[in-house]
Amino acid sequence: MTRKPFILQNPPVLVVLAVLAVFTATVTTLSHAYGSGVTPTSAVKVFGMTLCLALAAIAMDLVWGYLGILSLGQMAFFALGGYMIGQWLMYARTEGIVAVQLAQNPIPPTVLELQQATANQIFGVVGSADLPSVWSFAHSLPLQMLLVALVPGLLALVFGWLAFRSRVNGVYLSILTQAMTLALWLFQNDSGFRGNNGLSGLQNLPGLEGVDQATLSVWLLWTSAGALAIFYLLAAWLVSGKFGSVIRAIRDDQTRVRFLGYPVEGFKLVVFTLAAMITAVAGALYYPQAGIINPAELMPIASIHLAVWVAIGGRGRLYGAVIGAVVVSLLSSWFTGGRAPDLNLGVYVVNWVDWWQVALGLSFVLVTLFAPNGIAGIFDRRMGPPRKARHHKEAEA
Amino acid sequence: MSALLEVSGISKSFDGFKAINNLSFSINAAELRAVIGPNGAGKTTFMDIVTGKTTPDEGDVHFGEGSRSLLKMNEAQIARAGIGRKFQRPTVFEDQTVAENLTMALKAPRGPFAVLRWRPSRASQVRVEALAEEVGLSSQLTRRAGELSHGQKQWLEIGMLLASAPRLLLVDEPAAGMTLAEREQTTTLLCKLAETRAVVVVEHDMDFVRRLNCKVTVLHQGSVLAEGSLDHVTRNPDVIDVYLGR
Repeated sequence: MTRKPFILQNPPVLVVLAVLAVFTATVTTLSHAYGSGVTPTSAVKVFGMTLCLALAAIAMDLVWGYLGILSLGQMAFFALGGYMIGQWLMYARTEGIVAVQLAQNPIPPTVLELQQATANQIFGVVGSADLPSVWSFAHSLPLQMLLVALVPGLLALVFGWLAFRSRVNGVYLSILTQAMTLALWLFQNDSGFRGNNGLSGLQNLPGLEGVDQATLSVWLLWTSAGALAIFYLLAAWLVSGKFGSVIRAIRDDQTRVRFLGYPVEGFKLVVFTLAAMITAVAGALYYPQAGIINPAELMPIASIHLAVWVAIGGRGRLYGAVIGAVVVSLLSSWFTGGRAPDLNLGVYVVNWVDWWQVALGLSFVLVTLFAPNGIAGIFDRRMGPPRKARHHKEAEA
Repeated sequence: MSALLEVSGISKSFDGFKAINNLSFSINAAELRAVIGPNGAGKTTFMDIVTGKTTPDEGDVHFGEGSRSLLKMNEAQIARAGIGRKFQRPTVFEDQTVAENLTMALKAPRGPFAVLRWRPSRASQVRVEALAEEVGLSSQLTRRAGELSHGQKQWLEIGMLLASAPRLLLVDEPAAGMTLAEREQTTTLLCKLAETRAVVVVEHDMDFVRRLNCKVTVLHQGSVLAEGSLDHVTRNPDVIDVYLGR
């Protein structure tokens, strides 16, 4: 038996990667830094951020669409990833600025003085002059990059171990994930993350002060596209083989999977933790493009939005998650950005900034009722020969 | 010959109701046994205890040569030790193909990382095809299990049980919802399986039990009421009183 390479067995993977490559190349050629300049830098950033959201949606699809856990805490991992990279971005940049200021003094500053002045600069707004212990590694990019994956990964591992071991399932598990998210949010003021101020100025990458935002935005777009491609491949490989078979079986009937001898909790833990880490990487790439992160990003509503995107795009299909995240998040930012023209109904003028949430909620209900497999499901029905064969056989029976 | 499964003096109550009351049971390594009893006799709870779904309040359950206690093990560990369970309703993974269902059930390491490393081989493919052949689903390998008929699903589930090669098989009402021809096929299969392993059939239907032609254990109110050949137990006045008389 000769086995075809993994990619050739999964045509959708090739299509997604091709579309992603074309998209990235197109935005690049239209950007200020590398092309005609038709696309403003802010739009390049929005596109880059959208790719990060698509990555978070893929992780959500692994956990929800394939494993069957409706986690309402995914965006907490996203924000944690953002905070971890934000610590270094903010510290390193502030240190640079403070060093320049102190250099004007007659006596050059000591390392300790420099550290103290940097801490004072960052935490002055929240009435403190000391660096909290969670900032211990903020001076080091490699360490903070490690923490991007480790902190959310460890949180997911501990939370998952406790929840799955007690066999909490279904709605109860969803509520528990939401409680975890809310707990993180409630501790915002005590956690040493500058409370409501959040972390800002993240768009300025330390060490790259000479590179303008137009160029940086394209570099970050490429990085985001690269991360999306790599993790899409990883996720597609994960769900294609026997491992994918087992996690889908857990989603459909976990009791039965136990009686087949599979350690269900172990599988859940692996997927949940991996998804948390992927989501955190997406967050770490997102916030340097957004420029600012604040505790509102930790709120459960963000995670609920992510679930809505995946549902509208199509659960249990990785490309569905990508479609949902891209389409809905871009539409959201267009409608809520105030640029969408008001809809004049004669008796009432629909202002999209107010009504977009209603429209989104309605479309969620409609998708759930009429297209349970989302946009990707409609796609499948149009394109897929296996579906036709199935209808044919049903007709026979 | 020592017993493969030795259940001694187990009791289990739910909210004061004694589902199992000081029940003892044993079966040899290659034996077919029918367990019968009226509704609420504790048949399902008995199977739940053996497969690890429920923990008894008292008593012991030992399995295999080393007489390992099953009480400290979870469902997955018990399944890996070699106890398979067939549910009354056919439970196959409807969203996946017949081949995928069978592949999942094949004997192989079950841990998440072992499963990630697992790759289909010539041998695994041949084994899946042989199993499908055995349960009459050769032509259905690429079909989704959800599209199969009720009887085919039953057979797929039996195929999955064969794939994991259990040493003790617990079968819950195999004849329910089957046609006469299917029943005969099932009887033959169960008898054949019992030549190489222990098979416990929990059944309601006396006709079907008669076909199996094996030792019968009658449960009543959570305990063993009588044990022996079907003719022997059906002559027992207690059995007639509580079960057959009604």
